[in-house]
Amino acid sequence: MNVNQQTHMSSTHGQSQPVFPGYHQSGYSGQPLTGGTPTQYAPYNGPVLGYQQGPAVQGYSPYSSFPAKALASDLSSSTPLDLGPVRLPPTSMAPPVSLQQPYNHSSQIDAQNGPAVVSNLHHRPLDTQTYLPGGISPGVNQQYGAQPTSTHQISNQMTGMHISSTDPSSVMPVYAPSSAHVATTSVPSSFPSHSVSHASQQRSSPHSLPTFSSATGGPPSSSQIPYSSAPLSSQTLYSAPPPPQQPSFSTAPPSSQPPYSTAPPTSQAPFSKVSPSTQPPYSAAPPTVQPPYSAAPPSSQTPYSGAPSPYSGAQPPLQPYSGPQSPYSSAPSLSQPPFSGTQPPPQFPGAPPSRLAGPPVRPPGMQGPPLPQPSLSEPLSSQANHIAPGSLQSGVGLPRGPPAAGMHNQPSQMGAHGFQPQQNGAFGQVRGPQPAYGGSYSGSQNFGAQPPPPAAPPQSRLDPDAIPSPQTTELPAVQKTRHRIDPDAIPSPIQVIEDDKANRGSEPFTTSIRGQVPPLVTTRFQVKDQGNASPRYIRCTAYNIPCTSDMAKQSQIPLAAVIKPLAQLPPDEALPYIVDHGETGPIRCNRCKAYMCPFMQFIEGGRRFQCGFCSCVSEVPPHYFQHLDHTGKRVDYCDRPELSMGTYEFLATVDYCKNNKIPQPPAFIFLIDVSYNAVKNGLVSLICEELKTLLDCLPREGPDGESCIRVGFITYNKVLHFYNVKSSLAQPQMMVVSDVADMFVPLLDGFLVNVNESRAVINSLLEQIPDMFADTRETETVFGPVIQAGLEALKAADCAGKLFIFNSTLPIAEAPGKLKNREDKKLIGTDKEKTLFQPQTSFYGSLAKDCVAQGCCVDLFLFPNQYVDVATLGVVPLQTGGSVYKYTYFQVAVDGERFLNDLRRDVQKQIGFDAVMRVRTSTGIRATDFFGAFYMSNTTDVELAGLDSHKTVTVEFRHDDKLSEESGALIQCAVLYTSCSGQRRLCVHNLSLNCCTQLAELYRNCETDCLINFFAKYAYRSVLNGTTKSVRDSLINQSAQILACYRKNCASPSSAGQLILPECLKLLPVYLNCVLKSDVLQPSADVSIDDRAYLRQLVTSMDVAESHVFFYPQLLPLQKLDVESEAIPVAIRDSEERLSKGGIYLLENGLNLFLWVGANVQQELLLNIFNTPTFGQVDPNMTNLPVLDNPYSRKLRTFIECLRVQRPRYMKLLVVKQEDKLELIFKRFLMEDKSSSGGASYADFLCHMHKEIRQLLS
Amino acid sequence: MATYQEFIQQNEERDGVRFSWNVWPSSRLEATRMVVPLSCLYTPLKERPDLPPVQYEPVLCSRTTCKAVLNPLCQVDFRAKLWTCNFCFQRNPFPPAYAGISEVNQPAELMPQFSTIEYIMQRGPQTPLIFLYVVDTCLEEEDLQALKESLQMSLSLLPPDALVGLITFGRMVQVHELSCEGISKSFVFRGTKDLSAKQIEEMLGLSKASAPAQQGRPLQPPDQTCTSRFLQPVHKIDMNLTDLLGELQRDPWPVPQGKRPLRSTGIALSIAVGLLEGTFPNTGARIMLFTGGPPTQGPGMVVGDELKTPIRSWHDIEKDNARHLKKATKYYEALANRAATNGHCVDIYACALDQTGLLEMKCCANLTGGYIVMGDSFNTSLFKQTFQRVFLKDYNGHFQMAFGGVIEVKVSRELKVSGTIGPCISLNAKGQSVSENEVGIGGTTHWKVCGLNPFTTLGIYFEVVNQHNAPVPQGGRGAIQFITQYQHSSTQKRIRVTTIARSWADAQSQLQHIEASFDQEASAVLMARLGVFRAESEEGPDVLRWLDRQLIRLCQKFGQFHKDDPSSFRLSEAFSLYPQFMFHLRRSPFLQVFNNSPDESSYYRHHFMRQDLTQSLIMIQPVLYSYSFYGPPEPVLLDSSSILPDRILLMDTFFQLVIYHGETIAQWRKAGYQDMAEYENFKQLLQAPLDDAQEILQSRFPMPRYIDTEHGGSQARFLLSKVNPSQTHNNLYSWGQETGAPILTDDVSLQVFMDHLKKLAVSSAS
Repeated sequence: MNVNQQTHMSSTHGQSQPVFPGYHQSGYSGQPLTGGTPTQYAPYNGPVLGYQQGPAVQGYSPYSSFPAKALASDLSSSTPLDLGPVRLPPTSMAPPVSLQQPYNHSSQIDAQNGPAVVSNLHHRPLDTQTYLPGGISPGVNQQYGAQPTSTHQISNQMTGMHISSTDPSSVMPVYAPSSAHVATTSVPSSFPSHSVSHASQQRSSPHSLPTFSSATGGPPSSSQIPYSSAPLSSQTLYSAPPPPQQPSFSTAPPSSQPPYSTAPPTSQAPFSKVSPSTQPPYSAAPPTVQPPYSAAPPSSQTPYSGAPSPYSGAQPPLQPYSGPQSPYSSAPSLSQPPFSGTQPPPQFPGAPPSRLAGPPVRPPGMQGPPLPQPSLSEPLSSQANHIAPGSLQSGVGLPRGPPAAGMHNQPSQMGAHGFQPQQNGAFGQVRGPQPAYGGSYSGSQNFGAQPPPPAAPPQSRLDPDAIPSPQTTELPAVQKTRHRIDPDAIPSPIQVIEDDKANRGSEPFTTSIRGQVPPLVTTRFQVKDQGNASPRYIRCTAYNIPCTSDMAKQSQIPLAAVIKPLAQLPPDEALPYIVDHGETGPIRCNRCKAYMCPFMQFIEGGRRFQCGFCSCVSEVPPHYFQHLDHTGKRVDYCDRPELSMGTYEFLATVDYCKNNKIPQPPAFIFLIDVSYNAVKNGLVSLICEELKTLLDCLPREGPDGESCIRVGFITYNKVLHFYNVKSSLAQPQMMVVSDVADMFVPLLDGFLVNVNESRAVINSLLEQIPDMFADTRETETVFGPVIQAGLEALKAADCAGKLFIFNSTLPIAEAPGKLKNREDKKLIGTDKEKTLFQPQTSFYGSLAKDCVAQGCCVDLFLFPNQYVDVATLGVVPLQTGGSVYKYTYFQVAVDGERFLNDLRRDVQKQIGFDAVMRVRTSTGIRATDFFGAFYMSNTTDVELAGLDSHKTVTVEFRHDDKLSEESGALIQCAVLYTSCSGQRRLCVHNLSLNCCTQLAELYRNCETDCLINFFAKYAYRSVLNGTTKSVRDSLINQSAQILACYRKNCASPSSAGQLILPECLKLLPVYLNCVLKSDVLQPSADVSIDDRAYLRQLVTSMDVAESHVFFYPQLLPLQKLDVESEAIPVAIRDSEERLSKGGIYLLENGLNLFLWVGANVQQELLLNIFNTPTFGQVDPNMTNLPVLDNPYSRKLRTFIECLRVQRPRYMKLLVVKQEDKLELIFKRFLMEDKSSSGGASYADFLCHMHKEIRQLLS
Repeated sequence: MATYQEFIQQNEERDGVRFSWNVWPSSRLEATRMVVPLSCLYTPLKERPDLPPVQYEPVLCSRTTCKAVLNPLCQVDFRAKLWTCNFCFQRNPFPPAYAGISEVNQPAELMPQFSTIEYIMQRGPQTPLIFLYVVDTCLEEEDLQALKESLQMSLSLLPPDALVGLITFGRMVQVHELSCEGISKSFVFRGTKDLSAKQIEEMLGLSKASAPAQQGRPLQPPDQTCTSRFLQPVHKIDMNLTDLLGELQRDPWPVPQGKRPLRSTGIALSIAVGLLEGTFPNTGARIMLFTGGPPTQGPGMVVGDELKTPIRSWHDIEKDNARHLKKATKYYEALANRAATNGHCVDIYACALDQTGLLEMKCCANLTGGYIVMGDSFNTSLFKQTFQRVFLKDYNGHFQMAFGGVIEVKVSRELKVSGTIGPCISLNAKGQSVSENEVGIGGTTHWKVCGLNPFTTLGIYFEVVNQHNAPVPQGGRGAIQFITQYQHSSTQKRIRVTTIARSWADAQSQLQHIEASFDQEASAVLMARLGVFRAESEEGPDVLRWLDRQLIRLCQKFGQFHKDDPSSFRLSEAFSLYPQFMFHLRRSPFLQVFNNSPDESSYYRHHFMRQDLTQSLIMIQPVLYSYSFYGPPEPVLLDSSSILPDRILLMDTFFQLVIYHGETIAQWRKAGYQDMAEYENFKQLLQAPLDDAQEILQSRFPMPRYIDTEHGGSQARFLLSKVNPSQTHNNLYSWGQETGAPILTDDVSLQVFMDHLKKLAVSSAS
């Protein structure tokens, strides 16, 4: 079900395997294990809640520590056996089966080796991918589903790392290890292989293919043999086999291996020799994974100086994996080859052991950390394998095969110890499997051994191929060269997301249980409020909070909640109840003033209640008294939302109003720039035209009834024009205020009017505004006075409200808040870079303060043709709870629709005014830091002049005392605001979290997306005070500490070379890398300073879903769009390698929407979408798809609309043709790739993280 | 001395000049002993239907320090085509245009009957008249409505090519743009922030012409499009402006309980002045301020917006309790000076029951020659008709108003100019003929009067500087030339030149001549102006004492008496009325602030300082007519004894027109006899004063307050306060009660006053 959740993870993992079977059922079914597992898990899957319980009980019981492990172990134990057989059958039978088996193996291995899991994961992804390529998409999905669990835990074997350190090539492995042990070894080769795999197909693919074919032909053992043969002849053979390979690949995951084969070539000639030998092992399954990694390492190595070692480490792991599982063993062998390829080759021949020694650096590490025994055994085996390849390419190959088999056996044995754990780890690695992980890690040692399998690299290609083989074939060969770690072997966000969807999307999420980790934000699920606030309102980084600050410090996991107080709920969920307690107002705790909530304990027969937050006992007011039932609950418990719900609203009394006065209905004021630019580009007419209809859609309370919101209009250039639109006037009146130095409101009566009453006058005004300024020559504008004007108007009317400012230029006219153009790209990268994010004058800061005091929220729409200093102009919106929208080089034809949609949504969305948010917590923790668009005049109250349904506040908590496990940690977020009808209300969200004394609990209940949200906001705020480099470094450092802490305290002992990631946090590296590479922290040359400031501010108030897709864009293969069904295609990972020349992809990150058109797209598809038969005729300037009357077009357009509706901002569609100029921009969003600005690729970054962690551990 | 009276009258009719002395003492010493200074009341634009202006330019003396205009007093050498300046004795050639000059072919300016002559200047651009309405919107609804109607009406009275502008103010100040179609547009200014003229120009977008972008280009006239946004020819925007005025709303800002509306009169005026200053400097323009209350915020505020703080009274001012007085006065003076410098005049139409701050603002009108009109409400005929009368036209169909007048005084060597008292500012033209002894606005020979009408009268004071030991030759005459340049309402530039001469006389040998030439009416007014001028800056009692002393000295100088024998005191006929004028002057609202608010005092003084002699005399000593069955209406003594039961009295104080029905008449009227056919004559009797009053009401500017009252009516106080209290509750029985009505006052009566005067005059001690 929930792969992400640790607790569940274990089960899930366990399940995952089963899942695999389930998914692949056809293939898996063949396997006894799979069949068995699924059944066990099945129950778990069923009830979300049940996850913990169900799985825990069953699985855990066996394993004292972690149920998951236990399960895994059980599974693994059984599985290995099963797998063995399974594999065999599959191999013989059909490639897929074999693949699965390998996976299983891998998973098992992973479980055993904490890290192994990772490898498993990687493998899985690979597999999945391979499968995909294979052409069996469903199969792929299934695999993924299963994989995630395994993937969650990425255990890179340190051994590989070490090796890498010694050898640059090894570096590559680092990543590889996690993904596939083999990869590490093969790294160099493997990377190429990857590339090859994708692109390689030309070279390696053929080779690989043959290997695969062989693999496919025969399960692991057999595969090895074929591989061996392949290795030897690999190149030659491959060349020949290629054609057949592909098919075979498609069928068999091994295809991934083929890439390796290709990789080897890249690696070196010797390697190639070796590789062949390795390849065979690769063919097994792991190889596929490994290869990619290996491939990656080489290339990566250079970039990552440090990385190399990790890579090497990674490789080792691969080996171990290979060792553990027969399939893996093959993989490891592959991985090993790469190592050998890098350097080992000679060594290998010299002496396998020596290699170990040699790789030693790698292997030693690997071996050391991981389970020594397994590692040893594995390494040996691996070495043997490697050696074999290395020593005798051809001949060795064959031997290797056997060794591999032996390896397998050994590993499997190991598996009994470690592998099972690995599997567990894979499944539940994150949490408990740790010990098991150790085992898996031991596998890593194997990887160390793997190096020998340099041959693997050549095969490595295979992996990639396996998945994308079809695509890869299409991809340019160029790509192949760069390969490092197998990208499929490293934790895949897509996998995780899909798993979560599959596991948790079906059942409603009930909030009755404390500390429950909700489904991912990407999963659609229904929430039933049973005492805790819906995750749509509050999400936490951790649902199990350390009891003490020491623990918290040790883990370095920030405790934060992302709160979206007025979040919009899907139509199938009930809106918060509104509770009216009459004149006395809400019942509150006497001491801490917490509001009545389900956490209040009634005592003394209901006469008093004890506050859940501060434990203070307060009297129950007589009118609120109610008897208690036998369980101590009030009899009217169910009738009162404040006693039974997590979220509800109170009607506030006059005591809660500003100045103790019932507030006036709020007002919207539209302030339109009418300077030359704005008039010329048609903006003014556009706005005026739109407003005519838009004014009918002002937010209102309830569906019927008129909106109470009054509107006012101001235009401005160097001076301001107010408009009197009083209903009694025949014509609007314009009032010019030139005294911008000392702004004031020239009129009161008639400025803010009811739309319906003054409609004629307003329409007349909107008609005339464009004409009035049609001939304007004024280019200078003011800005400070514009906000002041709006503010003064609201002050004069004594109401809260919102300003919509449409501004096009930098305010250079003489006035308060005048700005100068300070754009200076030379500052980027220097200590002064931070000044670019800081406002250039303090004027707007104090203005914002005034605005907040009045409840004046400012939304800014920018239409710049040049630098407008967003950093400064955005200050007021940012501090008043407003939004900034930016449309650079605005053209009505191109951006009009986007702007209008944004405007419509912005005007119509539900909004509260004059809000004050207070977060109360149990004694023991305290809200210490707040991120978002708001203003704070003290340390506790978050003041938002405007609070709309999109605004999110991230709150960090710190310990100021101890928490107890029994009482848990409670959070109450109360927001006092004025509704759009002028009603004063209190919105209360309650959330209860668990507390833990074991770090493992913490790591099992984290949420990566939320963590990333926090990290991003934290980092984006830090750039105001430090260099981007220091910010990046501190992010990396903290993340490394988090992971290292896990490794040290939770994961089972294993090789230092293994990268072990907690299940819940296994995506942390990839997402973190996205944050680090984001334009704010690491800008590419063509990103303007304004854009960076804009994004910085934007992210500040993002919720988890937004930040998730923002940092890791969704990339959807449209060629897979099923016209018939509702389903949307499964996203693919953000990497260029995943793109097929023959495909069309949609990429969206919440702000941008790209339609990437491959150069070889089928004509039919082009006709269906663009109504043009050739690629060349696709108009790259279109912003909307042509309306065509065919099912595909309809479906696609509906789909795009759906996407747009999902996001808070309208996304303009950009059509990107392959090889087109625009593609550069598009590529910036392929987050797993290396970025042009120097951002690391996912694999490289993973290596780097691994290195960091290792440093911390040592 | 009928001859002198005729002479005086003739001179007044021809030249608009009334001298205190028509024969001048020839030495400085003697002149000072005359008590009443040598001075004159000069009405520069006195209506002269019989005087067609000449279509050429005056010939000036070529001496740069003189530049006197050729006049009938000049000696002309027709043969040499030369003329000699009678002020500096410079010999000047005639300009070429005068080549044909001869004894029989003289230009008009040389003919004696043209001692006053008007030239029309041909050069210079003609700029249309400008009327800038500055309208207070903090008015009651009816008031505003009435004002709007009056303003709309006024549009039809303006010449079609006149430029009009509109500024409204309340809490904010709005400058309305008149050029745009459709949407009405206005520039708004905060009512509390004083802005420099430059800032105002910038904010109104008027300063584009001077933008740096235009460097290098020759100076261009101000961008017509810019200025025209706010000032438009009436014929173009007649409809627009009418609509705009029609849509004028009351100031929308809520006025909390216990507060005055916030009224930014100071800023509004400042912006009006600034606007014109920037766009039409030195062009005839009227800023017409319509206000319904005191300025309550910003610079120039007179009183705070708290109703519990009453507006300053004379009592406060005496106690120095008027917080804003000095500041505001200073502010408005600065504004007035700016406006005056640019030739723009400021009118103030203040209609409110309470004070409106005229005391502070009066200088705006006083220094620029503008009007002040005070009424209770804009919704009264007093305002409506007065306002209408601003746009009265003369026999030629031109407005009876002129702009941007500069009055220059040239004097013979024996004289110097001490100063002027009237609605003008000094232009600081120093010269030989400037006396060190300043009287009124002195230190100059040039004054600027931005707004003129045919009645505008200046009191000009001279000093005889001829020394005793340098006697003037027998028959010598002193000459004075008034040169008034102004913009005629037809937009022509005109120059009116008045040259007069008076004989010198040795005061020792020819005192009787001088005595006989005394113009007691003019002297009374001139002395009154002096007194009122002093009263502006000095304590009331001091002024009264000064006036008394002057009167006593004059009586001593010219009275015939035996020392210490009051009963022997006699004054010649030429002086006989003078003490009586002084008596009434002392009781007048110009010097007495009792019972008058500071605003009222300012208002009265304003008019007193600018009206011609006749009107001024009425102000000093109101005219009382009696209507009865016993004969035709007759003027009667302004005395309580004139108040009889069977009379109807009509009193004209200039500011008020009171019809008072005696006790009996009132009873008859109440009984309705006038409606009975058989009492037709009674009806006629009742009607007679009404008709006469109507006549006065029709012609006077500003329209007087019309009061119809009767014996015992509350409004009768207007009459009772004016009449000489010859019968009071103190002496009631000694005078018999069948005649007149007793006045309840402790004021001295004329009789007592005269007794004291005689006593003091004959006293050897003084």
